[in-house]
Amino acid sequence: MSAVLAVCEQRDGTLRKVSHEVVTGARRLADALSTSVEAAIYAAGAVQGSERLGTFGADKVVTITNAGFAKYAPEGCAQAIAQRAQSGGYAAVVFAASATGKDLAPRVAAKLGVALATDVTEVGVESGAVVVTRPVYAGKALLKVRLAGKPAVLSLRPNVFTPVERPKAGAAETAAVSVPAGRVTVREIKAAEADALDVAEAQIVISGGRGLKEPANFRVLEELAQAFGGRAAVGASRAVVDAGWRPHADQVGQTGKTVSPTLYIAVGISGAIQHLAGMRTSKVIVAINKDKDAPIFKVADYGVVGDLFEIVPRLAAEIKKLHG
Amino acid sequence: MKIAVCLKRVPDSETRVKIAADGKRLDDAGVKFVLNPYDEFAVEEALQRKEKAGTGEVVAVSLGPAAARETIRTALAMGADRGVLLQSDAIPADGLETAKAIAAELKDGGWDLILFGKMAIDDYNHQVGPMVAELLGLPCVTAVAHLDLEAGRGVAEREIEGGIEVVEFPLPAVLTTDKGLNEPRYPALKGIMAAKKKPLVSKPVALATGGIEILALTPPPARKEGKIVGEGPDAIPALVRLLREEAKVL
Repeated sequence: MSAVLAVCEQRDGTLRKVSHEVVTGARRLADALSTSVEAAIYAAGAVQGSERLGTFGADKVVTITNAGFAKYAPEGCAQAIAQRAQSGGYAAVVFAASATGKDLAPRVAAKLGVALATDVTEVGVESGAVVVTRPVYAGKALLKVRLAGKPAVLSLRPNVFTPVERPKAGAAETAAVSVPAGRVTVREIKAAEADALDVAEAQIVISGGRGLKEPANFRVLEELAQAFGGRAAVGASRAVVDAGWRPHADQVGQTGKTVSPTLYIAVGISGAIQHLAGMRTSKVIVAINKDKDAPIFKVADYGVVGDLFEIVPRLAAEIKKLHG
Repeated sequence: MKIAVCLKRVPDSETRVKIAADGKRLDDAGVKFVLNPYDEFAVEEALQRKEKAGTGEVVAVSLGPAAARETIRTALAMGADRGVLLQSDAIPADGLETAKAIAAELKDGGWDLILFGKMAIDDYNHQVGPMVAELLGLPCVTAVAHLDLEAGRGVAEREIEGGIEVVEFPLPAVLTTDKGLNEPRYPALKGIMAAKKKPLVSKPVALATGGIEILALTPPPARKEGKIVGEGPDAIPALVRLLREEAKVL
């Protein structure tokens, strides 16, 4: 049976965590197809963290090297993956629906002449065919589709496929690949802040809206994020991004990022449909709002009504106690 | 600057989703359709680039039903010069089929830039732009939030997790646009009147189904009824206890 290819990501020679999820999703698919998982990493050299992919379900980990792959090389990577997919006869090729995966997967699918399912939240196999579910219409509906392509190409929504560790190591190998230097080149990555967690990938997201009253007050949310000890990122509603209080990179919602953290805390956000689109697949939602009739309470698992400037610092203090 | 801007007619983001009787698609009775919000950034960018160059043409291209002529008119009212509708009542779920039809229309068009929104807010596919680039053999940068063009080369910035990727590319190129690139203009009354006289051709296209078969469109599972834990900071100990013991997320 043809294997499932899990396309992993690295930055600066370190494996990105989202790759654990890609291998986990690929494993789920491979188990349903009774086949194996091959994880491929495109890099300039050895990648730190690649040795752990076996524990998430990769039977084989291949580091595919090219001097041009030190930074993301859209054209070179797409060509190298397409070549491998063509020669390897894979049943499926799985990407992360990350910034890189969203850029790369369509290029690869077009080169292979097959369909692509983006931002998938469930994978399975029915009558031998790959079947996936993905949110559409801003999360207001779920679309279940059968992928006829050989291979089936899909990208997985970050934070949905919780990595499962297995006591097993995959075989590791390295293969150099020769592809022409692409026309599109990444010159540099301007980092937002060292170690800044992205809202799309954080385990805990604390988002603020107009209820914060002014930009400086986001400090209250940042202090709560710090109380969680580096696992939390601060997000924002469209209203406050449009007002210029917070950068667009932090926006959660239909015209921002879609997040699925373990814990989502909405602070001073009323819960417009466009915001709900970006966070309704969060595992647990907490809403803090002074208006008990705010729509956010309709999707929240737990709500606290009242003045956020009194409630949030108290929450931060309690969380600090837990972590103390 | 000769620029093609590719547009999609989509249900307004505030639409209540009602699923059709076949259980596979949106019941669009009474649904308000709009120009895809991400495509507005593409239209605006095209207009600004043409204005800056002082010469050129902006062509709005859409694939969709006859009603998508209205969507193209929106772009014409903003300032695009002419429109092309690739007319098809059904849009396949497989974005590659849409990309093939658009690529066939744009091939050998002598474009300096081909612009798309980074995604459509109905199907969230994130794919037709880069697929068209592949089919036409053009360089492509997706989700562009800042753009500098000079002497046949471009530098684009795109948001990635925890940072901004700075990307260089040659023209002609395919770019997909993200929020933050510009502030889309509203069509002025004068523009709306002028748009009525601008050329807009409809060309019927026959699309294959492609490699995606829709099995079902369903409402998302209802979130279980939540509870108000309490009012004010005094509710926090109870909230933390619930998050630890019931939700098990702390």
